Amino acid sequence: MAHSADPSPGVEQTILLYAPSKKICARATTGRFNTWRWVFVFLTQAVYYLTPWLQWNGRQAVLFDLEARRFYIFDLLLVPQDFIYLTALLLISALGLFLFTAVAGRLFCGFACPQTVYTEIFMQVERWIEGDRHVRMRRDQEKSLAGRLPRRLLTYLAWIAIALWTGFTFAGYFTPIDQLAAGILQFELGFWQWFWMLFYAFFTLLQAGFMREQVCKYMCPYARFQSAMFDRDTLIVSYDTARGEWRGKRSRHEDYKAAGKGDCIDCGVCVEVCPTGIDIRDGLQYECIGCGLCADGCNSIMTKMQYPQGLIRFTTLNALDGKVAETAIRSRFVRPRVLVYATILLVITAIVFTSLMLRSPLQVNVIRDRGALAREVEGQYIENVYRLQITNKSHELRTLVIRSSGIDGITTAGDTRIAIDPSAYATAIIDLRVPIAVAEAMTPGAHKIQIEVLSELEPSLAVAQKATFFIPR
Amino acid sequence: MADFVSDFWNLYVIVLTLGSVIACAVFLYFLSRKKVKPGAVQTTGHTWDEDLAEFDNPLPRWWMMLFYITVVFSLVYLALFPGLGNLQGALGWSSTGQYDREVAKAEQTYGPLYKKFAALSVEEAAKDPAALAIGQRIFVNNCAQCHGTDGRGAKGFPNLADNHWTWGGDGLAIKTSILQGRMGMMPPMAAAVGNEADVEALANYVLSLSGSPHDTSKVALGKEKFAAACAACHGAEGLGNPMLGAPNLTNKIWIYGGSLAGIKETITNGRQGVMPAWQNILGEERSHLVAAYVHSLSNK
Repeated sequence: MAHSADPSPGVEQTILLYAPSKKICARATTGRFNTWRWVFVFLTQAVYYLTPWLQWNGRQAVLFDLEARRFYIFDLLLVPQDFIYLTALLLISALGLFLFTAVAGRLFCGFACPQTVYTEIFMQVERWIEGDRHVRMRRDQEKSLAGRLPRRLLTYLAWIAIALWTGFTFAGYFTPIDQLAAGILQFELGFWQWFWMLFYAFFTLLQAGFMREQVCKYMCPYARFQSAMFDRDTLIVSYDTARGEWRGKRSRHEDYKAAGKGDCIDCGVCVEVCPTGIDIRDGLQYECIGCGLCADGCNSIMTKMQYPQGLIRFTTLNALDGKVAETAIRSRFVRPRVLVYATILLVITAIVFTSLMLRSPLQVNVIRDRGALAREVEGQYIENVYRLQITNKSHELRTLVIRSSGIDGITTAGDTRIAIDPSAYATAIIDLRVPIAVAEAMTPGAHKIQIEVLSELEPSLAVAQKATFFIPR
Repeated sequence: MADFVSDFWNLYVIVLTLGSVIACAVFLYFLSRKKVKPGAVQTTGHTWDEDLAEFDNPLPRWWMMLFYITVVFSLVYLALFPGLGNLQGALGWSSTGQYDREVAKAEQTYGPLYKKFAALSVEEAAKDPAALAIGQRIFVNNCAQCHGTDGRGAKGFPNLADNHWTWGGDGLAIKTSILQGRMGMMPPMAAAVGNEADVEALANYVLSLSGSPHDTSKVALGKEKFAAACAACHGAEGLGNPMLGAPNLTNKIWIYGGSLAGIKETITNGRQGVMPAWQNILGEERSHLVAAYVHSLSNK
């Protein structure tokens, strides 16, 4: 779209193909959706800012210790070998997003996405300090910089303070947060702690203070592919064209219906309150984050006009077209697309939780010696050597016993009993021996065996690993 | 360090790199401007399926600025770091320099730890669990390929856990073996011993030294041959000589196998056993800890 307003028709002119961004001064509004938005702002931010401060059994409840490669989530202790659970978490998040999108459009975008939540917080700070839309726009037109500057600076300072606290909290998930706080006060932190704190703070400031809807419009991939999850029964924020048009100004006592006008009085409130600066009356657009503020804005006008509510509302395309009654929208939630997303989500969540519950606190990796496959010992045994890497993924010290089975008369020598500290790992070197008489009766080559690691005090706690025993020619 | 055989390639790279960067900026400047008729709807000009056109919606201006920033960034980067032909960059960074810095940093962290153990004798260090833990880790990473993770060796590679030593088993001897390596040389002795029957007799005599099963009728001839060809290194009684690395033949421990056939093979064709020197790879202090670990294997 060319964004020039040259009045002389037919004359070619040079334009820049890159558009300057328009400043959006969103107007404050109140109403149902705005209340819900703030409920979610408080919920998500309470979780984010408070979680690192929780203590659990004498340590930070949620801590991702990257240096030690130990990830603590309350009672759960994850090690790098559990990385698959991160994949599972992403899978569940993605499917959850698909499900919500299919049912009710971009609920996540409007209510829970960090980008919109922080933008909302930063916009509110701006409103408190500099006033609402019309005040700010009037000030922006004033020539005197000195008149505008103090409030602007105050806004920036408030933003920076919030951003710094956000960055500090972020780093607090990876470094014990009380040490981090003490380190800041004494100015004794490592380079990377400073880096991540300031880096995260800087991007919070940049994205919530300045980039705002540009992030949703140009950077976020979800905005672009969500239409794949939409259908005609998906709840979307929409303007009821049939009821609203023809829009236009009217006097309060005019019989507007007789004049062919609809309920929309073209006051522009829906555009003024929109955080992405679009006009919802143009229909569904990819810029729409589904926050419902235009519906709140419009409802407040409808109340003043004593018209029915809901000229702009969450509804479906089918309902707007009259194919589904407004009251029957909920019954349309049960449809193949939603059921498929819900089923996959349920199955994967169940699998992940079962596997987390049944997860053994022991991780055993068997590495057999490759330099020498087998050797004869004192004319009595054939011996193979194995290295066992054992990780104790629990909060207790465990004493483990190592056994083997699979060949008659196989015995285990070496480090057959080993104690491992909580959340530590140890290496056990073991020699498996098969009597020569048995070995001679077997075919040369690799034979399947099992190496079992079990807790001395709780024999039920056992991990069996497959391995091979090599009989030489 | 010259990476190119002639100065031409140096210039070639510089011109090509700078030319590309500048061309990007120039293209960006001219291609971001377009002559249009006002009011006309901008499309990309492509039409599909008869009437499906694509709008040419503008990207935000900050996006274009990012392109310019990358141009500036690349120029600053090329000025600071090596990238333009042979030019080294203002910061003087190099990958070997970075490696050296990291080694120096590790040295600073672990140096005092190694120093502490280096002050102890090998035998004393072998009693320190912390020293053994480090020694074991180095052993598993460097020595286990031949000697086995448990140090018990394999054919051709001696067992380090049995307290029988070809080159001496005190701390200093073990450390010397690690630092300087050992060349175990058993020469082919077939010609010196005589014909095949002589070798057979000698092998039976060698077996008899350790009380292993053998053909007693051949021992007398074998003993004669042993005194002539073998005693110089292995000693008159076959007890071996740690100075030469000549193994003790009286203890049923065989590096290359203790069967009659194996011993005949050893006599006829000789054996070459090489323990490489680790001085340049592990260094003095880490070899000290490995020696302590190896010493602990047979002195529990």
